[in-house]
Amino acid sequence: MPLSVNEQKKTGQMREVWHRLVRNKTAMVGLIVISLLILMSVFAPLIVSYDSVRETNAEEKYQPPSAEHPFGTDDMGRDYFARIVYGGRASLSIGFICVAVAMSIGLILGASAAYFSGAADSIIMRIMDVLSCIPSILLALVIVAALGPGLVNLIIAITISTVPTFTRVIRASVLPIVGQDFIEAARACGTRHPRIVLRHILPNAMGPIIVQATMALSQIIIAAAGLSFIGMGIQPPAPEWGAMLSNARTYIMTSPYLIIFPGIFIVLAALSLNLLGDGLRDALDPRLRD
Amino acid sequence: MSQPLLETKNLKKYFKTPHGNLHAVDDVSLSIEKGATLGVVGESGCGKSTLGRTILRLTQATDGRILYDGREIQACNESEMRLLRREMQIIFQDPFSSLNPRLTVNELIAEPIIVNHICENKAARNRRVEELMDMVELAKRLSNTYPHELDGGRRQRIGIARALALNPRFIVCDEPVSALDVSVQAQVLNLLMDLQERLSLTYLFITHNLSVVRHISSEIAVMYMGVCVEKAPANMLFSHPRHPYTEALLEAIPTPDLSSRNKKRKILKGEVASPINPAPGCRFAPRCTKATAACTENGGITFSEVEKGHFVACIHCC
Amino acid sequence: MSEPLLRIEDLWVRYQTERATNYAVNGVSLSLDKGENLGLVGETGAGKTTVALSILRLLPQKTGIVDRGSIWFDGQELLSLSQSDMRAIRGNKISMIFQDPMTSLNPVLTVGEQIAEVIMLHSSKTQKHEVQQRVDEILQMVGIPAARKQEYPHQFSGGMKQRVVIAIAIACNPMLLIADEPTTALDVTIQAQVLEMMDALKRTLQTSMLLITHDLGIVAQMCDKVAIMYSGEIVEYGRVEDVFEATERHPYTQGLFGSIPSLTGNVRRLNPIGGQMTDPANLPAGCKFHPRCPKCMERCKTEEPAVVDRTGHRIKCHLYT
Repeated sequence: MPLSVNEQKKTGQMREVWHRLVRNKTAMVGLIVISLLILMSVFAPLIVSYDSVRETNAEEKYQPPSAEHPFGTDDMGRDYFARIVYGGRASLSIGFICVAVAMSIGLILGASAAYFSGAADSIIMRIMDVLSCIPSILLALVIVAALGPGLVNLIIAITISTVPTFTRVIRASVLPIVGQDFIEAARACGTRHPRIVLRHILPNAMGPIIVQATMALSQIIIAAAGLSFIGMGIQPPAPEWGAMLSNARTYIMTSPYLIIFPGIFIVLAALSLNLLGDGLRDALDPRLRD
Repeated sequence: MSQPLLETKNLKKYFKTPHGNLHAVDDVSLSIEKGATLGVVGESGCGKSTLGRTILRLTQATDGRILYDGREIQACNESEMRLLRREMQIIFQDPFSSLNPRLTVNELIAEPIIVNHICENKAARNRRVEELMDMVELAKRLSNTYPHELDGGRRQRIGIARALALNPRFIVCDEPVSALDVSVQAQVLNLLMDLQERLSLTYLFITHNLSVVRHISSEIAVMYMGVCVEKAPANMLFSHPRHPYTEALLEAIPTPDLSSRNKKRKILKGEVASPINPAPGCRFAPRCTKATAACTENGGITFSEVEKGHFVACIHCC
Repeated sequence: MSEPLLRIEDLWVRYQTERATNYAVNGVSLSLDKGENLGLVGETGAGKTTVALSILRLLPQKTGIVDRGSIWFDGQELLSLSQSDMRAIRGNKISMIFQDPMTSLNPVLTVGEQIAEVIMLHSSKTQKHEVQQRVDEILQMVGIPAARKQEYPHQFSGGMKQRVVIAIAIACNPMLLIADEPTTALDVTIQAQVLEMMDALKRTLQTSMLLITHDLGIVAQMCDKVAIMYSGEIVEYGRVEDVFEATERHPYTQGLFGSIPSLTGNVRRLNPIGGQMTDPANLPAGCKFHPRCPKCMERCKTEEPAVVDRTGHRIKCHLYT
C-alpha cells in the first residue's frame, strides 16, 4: 500500500527530530524531569490518597522529613509530600490549559494577521500591542481582582496575558512562509484559504510555535505560583506550589523545609521546560538538517 | 492566423510605495498563439515575473485587459477563476522554495488533483500521479521522498509534474532553469520542449538567459523597466535586433567560443534607473547612445510594426 | 620565471560531519604563472570553491580537513604556515572576491571605511590623508566617483557593490586574486561592465587571477588557461585554445559544451549529460564520471584513468591512453 509507506516515511522525519533531541543531553534531562513531574501529577491518587492532603493532625505539626512523612508535615499537621504531589497537579494543569487556549487563539489571530496582511494585520497587531503594554503579571492581577480569585479566573487571567506573545511568535513564523513560492503555487491551482493555511503554512511554522509553547508553559507555572503566592490564585485548603510557598513564609526560621520543597519543585518544573524548549529549538531548526 | 490563446492589451501593474508608484508592468500588449512559446527576456527588475503573475491573476492588474481564449480574465468571479486555473499553470524558478518541504513527492503532485476534486478515489489519484511522474521522467521509487532529499533538477521536475497535473493548456514558466547547473538545465529544457509537443502546450517563458530563450521560443519579447521594447520571431530578433537595448543585450553575452575573444565590445554604460515614477518618454534614453531630445518627450514612442511580426518601441527605428 | 606564482600539488580535502564524509577535492594539481588568468570551471558541488578556500586556509575549522597535498605560493608552502603568517598574506598578497556582493559588505560601515580598513591593516600607510588618498585612487580605478566613499553599501546597486568588493580586494595590490563567481549575481549588461573593468585592472596591476565560474562564455572572454573540475578532480586542463577547440577532449567537457544552447546555430535538441552529479559522500569506483559518460568502457568502471599530457593539455580519461 502506498499510503502505509507514506505514513512510515512521515514518522521517519519526526524520528530525525527526535534523534537530534536525544543527542542533546541537557534537553533530555529536561524531558525526563518534566515527564516525571507529569507522571507524578497524573498518577497522584496511586501515590498518596487525597485524604492525606486535607487530614489535619494537631499532634503532628511541623514534623521534619522522616520515613513516615518524607517531606515532613505543615502547620496543620498535613502530609507535605501529598500536598506537593497534588499541588503539582494544580500547577501543571493550569499551565497546560492556559497554553492550549492561548495557543489556539494565537494561531487564529497570528496566522490571519500574517496571511491576510493589510487591515486585518494592523487591527490584530495593534490590539496585541495594547495588551502587551501592560506587564503580564499586572494584567493578570487586574483581571483576577476584577473577576475574583479562583482556579477558573486564574486561568482566564493568565491566558489573556499570554495571548499577545503567542500571536506575535506565530505571526513572525508564518510571515516568511506566506512569501514562499509554494504558497503561490497552491493559489495558482485554486486552493482555498483554509487549506492553504492548514496544509501548507502551519505545518511549516510549527517549529518556533512548539518552542514558544514549552517556554510559555514554564512562565505560566511561575506566574500561577506567583498569583497564588499573593493570594490571587487557588484558595486554601486546595494545595498549590505557589500558595504553599506563601503559607510557609511565616515558618522560614523554624521549619525551613516547608519553603524549600515547593520552591524546589517550581524551579524544577520551570527549568526542565526551559531546557527542553532550548533543545527543541535546536532539533527543529532546519539549518542544522543535513 | 488563428485566434491567439492569450492576449494582453495595455496591461499595467503599479505597486504603491511610499515614494510613489512603482511601474512594474507598463502598457504591455502581447499575444501568444496556441502551441507557441513566447519568450520574455529582460534584466532583473524589468517586470517580467510580475507580468507572468499578473496574467495568472496571482496579483491584480492595475489596468488593461487579459484575454484567455477570447475570455476576459479580469471579469471572472472566484469560482470561474478556479475553473480557469486548471488551464493556466505556473512553474517557478526556485526549486527549493516552490515545494512545500513537509509533503512527499507523491503528495506534492497529488495536491492540485485533490484540491480540484479530479479523481474520485485514492487509487485513481495514485495512478494519475504515477503517470505524471513518468511524464517528467521521475523514477517511481522517489514517490515517498521529501524534496530536500533530491537535487535541483529532480525538484524542478516535481514542479513541472505539479503544473501538468490539471491538464493545463497554458503554462507560465518563470525562470524554470535559471537555478540549475548547465547539464541539468539542458535536460529540463529538452523535457519542456518534448512535453509541449506531446501535450500541445502554450508557454510564456520568462528568463534572463538569452541563449535559453532563443533555444526554446518561437517569438521573443524584450522588456526594459516594465515596458516591452521589442518583439519579434526568435531568429529575426537575434539576427536583426532593432532596439538599441536589444542590441546591447546581445552584445553583452559572453559566448563560449574563442572567435570573439579579442573583439572590442560595445558595452552599455550606466545602470537601470528607478522604476518609481519614471521619467516620461523612452525609459532607455538615459543609457542609449542614439538618444536625442525627442526620446524624452511624452507620447512620442509607439510600439509599431517595422517588418512583418517585428515590433519595436523606438523613434529611431521606425 | 621558472617557478609559477601558485602551485597546488595533489590536494585532497574532505568535509567530515557526524553523518557522512564528503570527499570534496580528490587530488587536484594546478599551477598559475604571474599575470596569468586561470578559469576553474565546474558544476555545483565539483569542489571549485573548496580549492579556493584551501588556498586561503579558510575551510570550516571543524569539518574541513586537508588530507594531503601542498600549496606553494610565491616560494612559501601555505598549508604549513602559522595562523598569523597566513593572516598577513590574506587580503594582502592573496585576496578573494565572493559571489554575493549583497552579503560580503558590512552594512553599518561606509564604503570608504571598509576600503581604508584593509589598507591600514596591511600597508605602511598610517597617516590619515595618505590612506584617504589611496581610497580615492582605488575607487576611481573600479569606476566609482571618489565622492561616493561616504555612502553606505545599501545606497549602491548590485553592480556598484561588486565594484566596491573588487576595490577592497585590490586595495593592497595583491599578487593573486581569487574570484568566486564574481558576476553570477549580476545582470548581463552589468556583468559585461564588471568583466571589462576586471580585465583592465588585471592588465594595469599585473595580477594573476583564479576565476571560478560555471560559465564557459566568461572563461572564453577572460582566461588564458582553464581547468575543468568534476567530482573534486580536474578532468581537463590546458590553454583555453586547447580545451575549447582541440579534437581530443574529455567527455565531460564535451557534455558541458553540448548543454549550452547556441546563440547562432539552429539545434532543436540539446545534448545534455545524462544523470545527476555524483554524491561526494559516495564516489563511484574507477573514473568518477563513468556513470554519466556516453563513452564509458568496461575499464572505466574499475580502473582510475591516468592523466594524459599533450604538451600542456592534460586530460584524465581512458579514451586517450
